[in-house]
Amino acid sequence: MRTENQRAWFFVLPVLALVAFNALVPMMTVVNYSVQETFGNNQFFWEGLGWFEQILRSDRFQAALGRQFLFTFMILIIEVPLGIIVALSMPRKGFWVPVCLVLMALPMLIPWNVVGSMWNIFTLPKIGLLGYFLNDVLGINYDMTQQPLSAWITVIVMDVWHWTSLVVLLCYAGLVSIPDAYYQAAKIDGASPWSVFRYIQLPKMKTVLTIAILLRFMDSFNIYTEPFVLTGGGPGNSTTLLSIDLVKIALGQFDLGPAAAMSLIYFAITLLVSWLFYTLMTKDDAE
Amino acid sequence: MIELQDATKRVGNVIHIKPTNLTLQTGHFNVLLGATGSGKTSLIKMMAGLDPIALGKVLMDGQDVTRLNTQKRKISLVHQFFVNYPHMTVFDNIASPLRVAGMAQSEVEGRVEEAADLLQLRPMLHRRPHELSGGQQQRTALARAIAKESRAVFLDEPLANLDYKLREELREQLPDLFAGRGAVVVYATSEPEEALLLGGQTALMEDGRVTQFGPTADIYRNPENIAAARVFSDPPINVGHITVSGTQAHLAGGGKWTVTDIADGEYTVAVRPHRVTPLRTTDADVELTGRVIVTELSGSDSSAHFQHGEDAWVSLATGVHPYRVGEDHVFYMNPAHCRYFGQDGQRVA
Repeated sequence: MRTENQRAWFFVLPVLALVAFNALVPMMTVVNYSVQETFGNNQFFWEGLGWFEQILRSDRFQAALGRQFLFTFMILIIEVPLGIIVALSMPRKGFWVPVCLVLMALPMLIPWNVVGSMWNIFTLPKIGLLGYFLNDVLGINYDMTQQPLSAWITVIVMDVWHWTSLVVLLCYAGLVSIPDAYYQAAKIDGASPWSVFRYIQLPKMKTVLTIAILLRFMDSFNIYTEPFVLTGGGPGNSTTLLSIDLVKIALGQFDLGPAAAMSLIYFAITLLVSWLFYTLMTKDDAE
Repeated sequence: MIELQDATKRVGNVIHIKPTNLTLQTGHFNVLLGATGSGKTSLIKMMAGLDPIALGKVLMDGQDVTRLNTQKRKISLVHQFFVNYPHMTVFDNIASPLRVAGMAQSEVEGRVEEAADLLQLRPMLHRRPHELSGGQQQRTALARAIAKESRAVFLDEPLANLDYKLREELREQLPDLFAGRGAVVVYATSEPEEALLLGGQTALMEDGRVTQFGPTADIYRNPENIAAARVFSDPPINVGHITVSGTQAHLAGGGKWTVTDIADGEYTVAVRPHRVTPLRTTDADVELTGRVIVTELSGSDSSAHFQHGEDAWVSLATGVHPYRVGEDHVFYMNPAHCRYFGQDGQRVA
């Protein structure tokens, strides 16, 4: 005999309602827009997969996607090794531990639009401290408002400044959780510092590193506020990343259909890459 | 052979190991027995070269290794945690110290397989540590220590994190594993029973000092001081206060018997729980009456904790005995097994 207590469902309801309102309903609205055309007056016409096709074929989207991948790639290739190096060089015990942790956490506590403004003011030629220093002291021709290369470097350096701490803190957490016994074993075997890193620290950091890379991928792939405030996507379209382009289409041109289709493609790419990465990284453990 | 000569360890201004002299030989187990925090691990780290020595010397086979780094001391260490390289197979784990030492591949394979056979790891050689049970992980760590053929093997509570069955099993094997290898085997434990089962020599440790060192059985029978008697007893040794006048010893809380060769005065008497029984064993037995506080039955043995005067005593006896908690029972103690200690804690008789 089985007794079922259906009342349990009532306790799940609030969560369901919450998820529905903050994820399912907006998501379905986007799906709804993506297959329709509207000319205002709340009148909609069926478009099918037309918008998706148009977006995927458009040079503009492909260029923005390319820039987005390049940006994320640069971010990961700099922030992950840098984060590991900083984490490795941080003290594990003593007075300086909390000092280092707080210093590391500081950039992450600053709101994104403030980071954008800070770096904008900091790097403006003539006015900004860095801009002035580079141009007038070192004699390097640097202007992120005019030169695409300068703009790219600035956007990347800004993100590195803002988010490397996340990688550092996660790796540091992984490092301090390694018992001393492992280091002693390595010492007894006479393992080199590289071997200690390769065979003890890196494997022990694998889980946190996976999470760090995943978070950095998702955040940098979806980044909007900081580059928007810093360069507004310019000069030209040189720093128009996917999200900036999306906002231009959705709010600038008010092309709701194409914007909705683009959002879904954007979302699918983020999801797919994250899933692939996570599956590959955790494959060993599941075996 | 490992010799410590006035070896001292200090961290900041705190002395972790007081000047210690100890000679540990090959051919049998050298057990460091003491409670948690008594300095067993510190002593091992000193001998292993993992921690610096503040004063004194460490000699291995007559060679002064005090300033020699860990790797060159040719030692192995097995921890209570299962320490293996997480992303290497069991084979590579056992082989790692040999490879670091630059040994030829064919010899590495031979040694790894020999060690794996001894520890029944042959079927697991190509697995990774996280695919093994705790017992197998610790076997891997032991195999690594064996394959390396070190001058000294330090086992720091290697069985502490294994469950009971595995612990018994591995403990039985341990002496055979290291027999005839020519390494000094140092085994740290907080369990008196382990020291007795492993035999060999035991160094009792308390508060950063070796309080007594010698053949395990001798130390068990003849503790030199009250601290040694306490360390080497599980359940805890019974301790009472006696007043000796003439040839009569009066136990605080009741009970008297005849003693010889003890000057008049106040002493501490210690007697092991299994020498205090609910049934009379000899005519010389002293009757002790006490209120039973707690009783425990462990299959073949029964123990009773009883209040005797101001002291809580324990009786451990074979068989099942019907104690009633809260009631007075009469226990019998054979004075022949009593050990007497002076006010300074040193043995007097």
